[in-house]
Amino acid sequence: MENLTALTEAALKLVQDAQDLQALDRVRVEYLGKKGLISAQMKSLGKLSPEDRPVAGAQINRAKDQVQEAISTRRESLERAAIDARLAAETVDVTLPGRGEHDSGGLHPVTRTLERIEAIFSAAGYRVAEGPEIEDDYHNFEALNIPAHHPARAMHDTFYVDDSAFAKPGQAFVLRTHTSPVQVRVMESTQPPIRIICPGRVYRCDSDLTHTPMFHQIEGLVVDQGISFADLKGTVDEFLKSFFEADVPVRFRPSYFPFTEPSAEVDIGCTQCGGKGCRVCKNTGWLEIMGCGMVHPAVLEASGVDSERYSGFAFGLGVERMAMLRYGVNDLRMFFDNDLRFLRQF
Amino acid sequence: MKLSEAWLREWVNPELSTDELVAQLTMAGLEVDGIEAVAGRFDGVVVGEILSVEPHPDADKLRICQVAGNPEGVCQVVCGAPNARAGIKVPFALVGAQLPGDFKIKKAKLRGVESFGMLCAQTELEAGDDDDGLWELPLDAPVGQDLQTYLQLQDCIIEVDLTPNRSDCLSIKGLAREVAVLNRGTVTAPAIEPASVTATDTFPIALNAPEACSRYVGRVIRNIDVTQPSPVWLQEKLRRAGVRSIDAVVDVTNYVLLELGQPMHAFDLAKLKGGINVRMAQEGEQLVLLDDQELSLTSDTLVIADDARPLALAGVMGGKDSGVSNVTENIFLESAFFSPLAIAGRARNYGLHTDSSHRFERGVDYELQVEAMERATALLLEIVGGQAGPLIEVKDEEHLPQAPQVALRRERIASTLGLQIADEEVEAMLLGLGLTLIDRTADGWVFKVPSYRFDLTLEVDLLEELARIYGYNRLPKRSLAAPIAVPPQPERELGLPALRRHLVARGFEEAITYSFLEPELNRQFDPDQQPVTLKNPISADMAAMRTSLLPGLVKTLQHNLNRQQERVRLFESGLRFVLSGDELTQEPMLAGLIYGSRQPEGWANSQDNVDFYDIKGDLEGLLALTGATDKFRFEAAEHPALHPGQCAALYRDDQLAGYLGAVHPQLQQALDIPQSIYVFEVTQWALRDARVPVFQPLSRHPVIRRDLALLLKRDTAVSQVLEGVKNNAGEHLVDLKVFDLYMGKGIDPQRKSVALGLTFQHPSRTLAEDEINAAVDRIVQHLQAEFEATLR
Repeated sequence: MENLTALTEAALKLVQDAQDLQALDRVRVEYLGKKGLISAQMKSLGKLSPEDRPVAGAQINRAKDQVQEAISTRRESLERAAIDARLAAETVDVTLPGRGEHDSGGLHPVTRTLERIEAIFSAAGYRVAEGPEIEDDYHNFEALNIPAHHPARAMHDTFYVDDSAFAKPGQAFVLRTHTSPVQVRVMESTQPPIRIICPGRVYRCDSDLTHTPMFHQIEGLVVDQGISFADLKGTVDEFLKSFFEADVPVRFRPSYFPFTEPSAEVDIGCTQCGGKGCRVCKNTGWLEIMGCGMVHPAVLEASGVDSERYSGFAFGLGVERMAMLRYGVNDLRMFFDNDLRFLRQF
Repeated sequence: MKLSEAWLREWVNPELSTDELVAQLTMAGLEVDGIEAVAGRFDGVVVGEILSVEPHPDADKLRICQVAGNPEGVCQVVCGAPNARAGIKVPFALVGAQLPGDFKIKKAKLRGVESFGMLCAQTELEAGDDDDGLWELPLDAPVGQDLQTYLQLQDCIIEVDLTPNRSDCLSIKGLAREVAVLNRGTVTAPAIEPASVTATDTFPIALNAPEACSRYVGRVIRNIDVTQPSPVWLQEKLRRAGVRSIDAVVDVTNYVLLELGQPMHAFDLAKLKGGINVRMAQEGEQLVLLDDQELSLTSDTLVIADDARPLALAGVMGGKDSGVSNVTENIFLESAFFSPLAIAGRARNYGLHTDSSHRFERGVDYELQVEAMERATALLLEIVGGQAGPLIEVKDEEHLPQAPQVALRRERIASTLGLQIADEEVEAMLLGLGLTLIDRTADGWVFKVPSYRFDLTLEVDLLEELARIYGYNRLPKRSLAAPIAVPPQPERELGLPALRRHLVARGFEEAITYSFLEPELNRQFDPDQQPVTLKNPISADMAAMRTSLLPGLVKTLQHNLNRQQERVRLFESGLRFVLSGDELTQEPMLAGLIYGSRQPEGWANSQDNVDFYDIKGDLEGLLALTGATDKFRFEAAEHPALHPGQCAALYRDDQLAGYLGAVHPQLQQALDIPQSIYVFEVTQWALRDARVPVFQPLSRHPVIRRDLALLLKRDTAVSQVLEGVKNNAGEHLVDLKVFDLYMGKGIDPQRKSVALGLTFQHPSRTLAEDEINAAVDRIVQHLQAEFEATLR
C-alpha cells in the first residue's frame, strides 16, 4: 500500500502543477481513468485476503476521492483564471468616443425659439396657423386697415413682386411684411372663438447691421366675446415670464399700428444689465420686444367678424430678437450665414 | 422730430427733470429716441472779438490774434483756423477754461509766440457739426458775455419718434398740449395778435381743387430787407431742431412750422404772374424745385400755380423760379390746408420727403392757417421789416374737414380696457385733450374731436386716449380665461417638428437661407423654371424667389467649405415659389444635403465619403416615420441639377414628391466644390400623412429563411425584382432583404450578383418544407422569365 500513498502524492503534485485544463485532464486520465494508475490498484485487491480487502478497497477509494477533489478544485481555479484572463484581455477603454454619428445635429436657433414659443402657446390652447409668403396687397395691407398711401406703409419697406405672370386684374403682390395677414385669412375662414399663433418668414427691404431683408415673426390672435386689454396684458406678461424663465419686468407703452386700437409697444427690463442700463438697452434699462393691441374694429369687420359682438387682441414679435436675447447672440446677420460653427451651438 | 427742451418749457414747464419729462413722453406713446445736450460740458468760454490778426513769424498756418472778451483785457491768441480774421466774434476759451473731454486751457507758447486762451470751433464745444473753422457768432453778440448764457446752451435736444397717427405732436405747440394734459398743467402760448396792416396789396387766390385744398391763406408783405440775418435765438432754436438757417424769410417759415406745426411757403411776389391757382397738375407739366430737381408732374399731383405755370409742389416743396432770393423785395406768404389724401404718397412718388410733406400727409390742423400767418407776419416784420398787406383767406366750406363727433359708451370702457373709471375722470381726460363734450347720453357721451386730431374718429380711438392718459401700466391685467375645447391631435399627420428632429438625430444641422437668391444660381439648379422676381430687390443677387431649396443649401455648403468645414450635413424647410402658367404655387419643401465623410472623423469610424445610398438612407428614414413606406417608390429619373446616373424621383401613390441624387458633376465643378454633393428635396405634403398603427397578431410558429443569389443584368432595377418576388411568393413571405450586391471578378461583366433573403412565416402553423420550395420555385421561374435572372 506504500505504492498507493506514493501514487496519490505524485497525482496530487501533478494536479497542483497542471497549468491548463488539458494538463489537468491528462492527470485525471493517467491516475483515475479506467486504466489509470490508481484505478489499477483495485486489481491488486484480488491478491489480498478477504479480511483485508475492504480496508484496502476503502483506502484506494479515499485516494481516488482525494485526487478527484484536488482535480475539481484545480479545475475551478484554472477555469476562473481562464475567465479572468479573457475578461482582462477584453477590457476596453470606456473613455474613448463611441462609433458612428456620435454628434447630433441641431435645430436652427430661430426654429428652436419658435418651437419654444409655440409650445408655450399650445399649452394655452392656441393653434398654429400659416399663410403664404408672397401675399396680396389686400391681405398684407388693406384688410389690416392700411390703405394705399397710408404713412404706415412707409414704415414697412415693402418688397414688390413682379406679379405680371399670375396676378388677376386689380391684384398686386408683395412679400409679406409681417405675419398679420395670416390673422386676416384665419378670420375670413373661421368664426370666433379664435386662438391662433402665426409663425413665419417676413420680408422688409432693409439690410444693415441690425436689419436683414428676411426675418421671422410670430403673431398671436385671440378673438372672442368679452376679450379686453386686461387679457392682452395678462397674456403678454405671462408669456414673457415663461419664455425667459424669469420674473422679467414688463411694461406697456402706447404706440400705433393701423390694425390695433388701442395699440401698445411692450418693453422688458433689459436682460443683459437687469435694468441698470447698458449698451444693449441703449442705457434705458428697457428692451423693446413686441407690439400688440386690441384688434381694430375695421380689421374685424373687413374679415367678416362682427365687431360689436366680438373683440380680440393681437400681438407680434420678432423671433430673431427673442433668440438673441435668450441665447446671447450679438449679431443678427449670423442667423442667415448658416455657419456650422454657429449652428452647432444650438 | 428734434426739439429744444428749453423751447418746449417756454410753453409748458412742469416740475419734472429732463429724464422725468422724457420718461413721461415715452410712456404716453410719444417715444423719445434720444436726448443729447445742446453743447458739451465746458466753462470759462466767453464771446470774444478778434480785433486784429497778424501772421506768425515761424508758421505759415498760424496767426496771431488780438482778442477782446477777457475781463482782464485784450489777449494775444495764436490760432490756426483759416477763417480767423479781424472783426468776427467767436467763442473764446480763456486761460483756465475747461473744454469738453477734460481739456484744460493753459497759457502756452506756439512756435515761440505766447498764446493766452483758445478760439473755438463748434465741434470743440460739442455744440454742432461745423468743423470748418472758428464758430462765427452773430456780429451783435455781446463781447465778454459767457457763451452758455448768451446762447442758452444749458439745453437738451429731445428727439421724439412719433408714430404716424400723432401728427398733432409734430410741433412745440402740440407737444406742449400733450405735456400739459399729462401733468394737468396749462400751456403758455406766445400771444399771437393780428399783424398791423400797413399796405393795401392783396393777391388773387383761386381754389380749383377744393377737395385737396379747402383753405388757403395768403398775404403780401412789401419792402422787406432780406439781408437782415435771423436773430441768434431763432437760429439756435432751428439749429436745435436740426434745421439749418438759410435766410430770415425761410427761417421764419421753418420756425412757424416747428412752433405751430403749419408748413408755410414764401414766394417772391415779383415772380408771380396773375394770381395763385391751386389746382391739379397737368400730365407732363414741368417744375424745377428749390433743390434743382426737375420734375415732370403727374395729374394726381396738387400744385400751387400762377396764371402761367406751376410754382410749387403743394405741401411738399417750393419751386426754384418763384422762391425768395437775396434780391427779393416783396413776398407772398402761403399758409394752406392740404388734405392728407391729396398729399399722401406724392412726395414719395417723386423721391421726396420734406418736413412739410411729412406733416401734410399725416394731417395738419385745418384751423391753424390764419394763426400761423399772423405769427409769421409778426416775426417777419420784426426781423426783415416791411409793410404787411391784409390777410387773404380763401376757403371752400363744403370741402373743409368736419370735426367728427364720436360716441363713447361707458360699458365699453369696462369691457375693452377692463377699467372702472368715474364719469368725471373720463370727461376730464378727454376735455383736457381738446375734445368738446357735445352730449351726455344714457349710456355715455358724445364728443367732438378737435381739428388737430386726425386719428380720433371711432369709439376705440377715444378708449385708447383714456388708456394712454390713465397710463397703460396702471390698467388691470388678468389671465385669459376662456373655455377651451380640447384641440384635435391628428395622429394621421406627421408634423414638421418630428421630421426635423429625426434629421437632427442623424447629424444634420438646420439652415435657414434667404427665400430670394441670384437668378443665375437658381437657373443653374432649375433651368426650366422661370422664377418670380422682385421689383425692388436689395441687390441683384437677391432678386429671384427660389424655385428650389437646393441652391441655398449648396451655397451654405460653399460658405462652410470656405471655412474649413469638411463634413457637412444640412437641411432646410420652407416654401418654394413655382409658377406654372398663370398659377403661383407656394409649396412647403424639405431638403437635405450631405457632403464629405460618411461618419464623423473618429478612431472607430470609417473615413469613406458619402455616396448616393447615404442620402437615400437618410430620406428613407424620414419616409419610415410615416409608417407607410409601402406608399413610396423610387425611380431612376433625370433632373437638370443632378447626376444622370445617380438621380431618383420619389413618388408617393404615383404622385411625384421630390428628387434625390448627386449634384451634377458639371454643376459641382462650376461651383468649385471638390467632392460629390448628395441632396434630396421633397414636398412636405408627401411626408405629412402618417399611418395609425393597426395591430397584427404575432405568430408563434418558426420563421423559415431562404437565400437566393441571383445573377441579373446590370441595368435591371432591383426594386422590380423585389416586386416580382413579392408577387410570386404567396401570402406567407413576411420579410424580404437585399443582403448582398456584387459586381466584378468571377462573374459575367454584364451582370451583377444580388443576394436576397426571404423570410416565410405562417400565422397559425408551421410551414411545410414543400410549401416553401414551391414558393421559391415560382419566384425563380418568374425571375428567369421576366429578368433573365439565373441562380448563381
